[in-house]
Amino acid sequence: MQLDIDEGRNGTATEAAFHLSEVDGVMTCELSGDWTTHTVGEVDREFRQLESREGFSALHLDLSGIRYIDTAGAWLIARMIQRQEKQGTKVEISRQSEAASILLSAVAETADNPDVPEDASRRFNPLGVFEAVGRGVFLLRSDIIYGLHILGATVGGAQMKLGGKQSINPNAIVSQIDRMGVKAIPIVVLMSAIVGAIIAQQGAFQLRYFGAEIFVVDMVGILVLRELGVLLTAIMIAGRSGSAITAEIGTMKMREEVDALTVIGLNPLGVLVFPRLVALVIALPCLTIIANFAALGGAILVSWTYSDITPAAFIERMRTAIDLTSIFAGLIKAPFMAMIIGIIASVEGMKVGGSAESLGERVTASVVKAIFIVIVLDGFFAIFYAQIDF
Amino acid sequence: MSTDNDMPQQGGARDEVILEVRDVVVRFGKNTILDHLNLDVRRGEILGFVGASGAGKSVLLRTVLGLIPRVGGTIRMFGQDLATVSDADRVKIDMRQGVLFQHGALFSGLTVLENIQVPMREYLNLPKKLMDELALLKLELVGLPRNAAHKFPSELSGGMIKRAALARALSLDPDIVFLDEPTSGLDPIGAAEFDELVAQMRDTMGLTVYMVTHDLDSLLSVCDRIAVLGNKKILVEGTVEEMMASEEAWVKAYFRGKRARTIVQPGPPTEKMYGN
Repeated sequence: MQLDIDEGRNGTATEAAFHLSEVDGVMTCELSGDWTTHTVGEVDREFRQLESREGFSALHLDLSGIRYIDTAGAWLIARMIQRQEKQGTKVEISRQSEAASILLSAVAETADNPDVPEDASRRFNPLGVFEAVGRGVFLLRSDIIYGLHILGATVGGAQMKLGGKQSINPNAIVSQIDRMGVKAIPIVVLMSAIVGAIIAQQGAFQLRYFGAEIFVVDMVGILVLRELGVLLTAIMIAGRSGSAITAEIGTMKMREEVDALTVIGLNPLGVLVFPRLVALVIALPCLTIIANFAALGGAILVSWTYSDITPAAFIERMRTAIDLTSIFAGLIKAPFMAMIIGIIASVEGMKVGGSAESLGERVTASVVKAIFIVIVLDGFFAIFYAQIDF
Repeated sequence: MSTDNDMPQQGGARDEVILEVRDVVVRFGKNTILDHLNLDVRRGEILGFVGASGAGKSVLLRTVLGLIPRVGGTIRMFGQDLATVSDADRVKIDMRQGVLFQHGALFSGLTVLENIQVPMREYLNLPKKLMDELALLKLELVGLPRNAAHKFPSELSGGMIKRAALARALSLDPDIVFLDEPTSGLDPIGAAEFDELVAQMRDTMGLTVYMVTHDLDSLLSVCDRIAVLGNKKILVEGTVEEMMASEEAWVKAYFRGKRARTIVQPGPPTEKMYGN
């Protein structure tokens, strides 16, 4: 059996059309063609004009020319009837098909009140700016409080909601360390090595003017160990693991899995956030150490090629240039940054609403906020270290 | 213009086969889900599709919709073979079918009104105001209140999501709608209303309905024909009476089991019996 796909409705559909003629104050409107969702768009404007037209006492709609009609076509006709009758015109329909009369009665109820309700939330509000600022401030406050809750819950451990059994699951922590730490090693090593090499190269070129190329070791050593190693790693982890935490918790929130945990009697913070936060606090310092090695390695290689500083000379010089405080000044920051990344990611994850869009928004917010706060924190540490002469 | 007599029958002939499934085979790996399955859906009928959980009802639906590839067989829709159809014709077929997924599958970032307008926006060039009105019309046709228009799917109840999804499926006044368990998760009264709604759509718009369901009430009250999927093909196909007479074990258990008897033969007489 071969039916024509174009039959009636689509390709070979004839256009909707209407023809007006006025005799003795009676307006006759003959409708013809297909009046379907696909075709009525063309006549909608003209038909709407006729709706508000005055100057005739009766309107006669002749539907005999209509080939196909669906709800959209019936809607236009019903709307016409409603509007014209409201103006006091007598409206009469004639020669409609059976389908048309069924459809007309089906859409009549909606046509009695054809105006689409206004969306209150989209109405222009001149005070909207203030409202948005106010909302933002309160949201910030609740974010901070929620973040502190998470911190508190983490210090308290992964307990049941009512206290009692301490159910820290080492497997969860280990698997999170694997995902957030071990699997991040290649990218962290690569990135740090390249940055270390670039700094060494640029530093060497500048210091060459003073004949002090060997001081590139001091510069790279201090810069990498105190600042760059930990900062770059934290930024990479914020992008890599912070987004993952937000997406995971957010999706669980969307599918009511978080609610299920609560109802079962588990503390969602303990079950979901705690292992991730602990894993981050362990993984980020470890990654920082690896990043430091990689950056120094890159620097050694570049110094050797561009400035003929042999690795042995580089390491010899480094011994005098840096001491343990340089290393710890950087490393101490790592757990704090891990905390911030984890908490922000969890708070944003818990804020995911019902829509896919909100998930995307929250993941973006999580990464942006985490990177921003990590950099600000790094600045505060720098000021702090300067004050205590560390 | 033509006279009344030679005007084409709106919606085409009643017996015309809209969807023709022939020898369809679907496999996941080595696991055969559908084995040489045949099925016809005729214009203007409500076909109820039942089968045990995991029998492959959803797989067949998704195969017909082209979401799952098939190993063999042909599926013809509106007379076009879906395997060889051109992209342009495929779009035309898409415009003539509507789908209500089991969980609604409303776009979570759009309001109900915008959800209903998605197919219109995509395929047609309609003025914004008319689209709003038509979406509102569809909204009321499926029995949703006006104030639901600007709500997001996350703010709707389960029943409202189903209705909104049906409104989206009906957005372009399709010829055929596929409903995947439309009444699951609805209360019995809501489910009965939904069934009535579907029957009403069939009567007013000449809609063809392919309904996967487990709801005996809907099967008995609105379905013109029932097909039972089992053993990787259609076990039985026919009216409610034919189902009652079938000796197939699963069909017997389903339609003449203890649970069914209480619905089919209730103690005090009720109005709702074999709708057709």
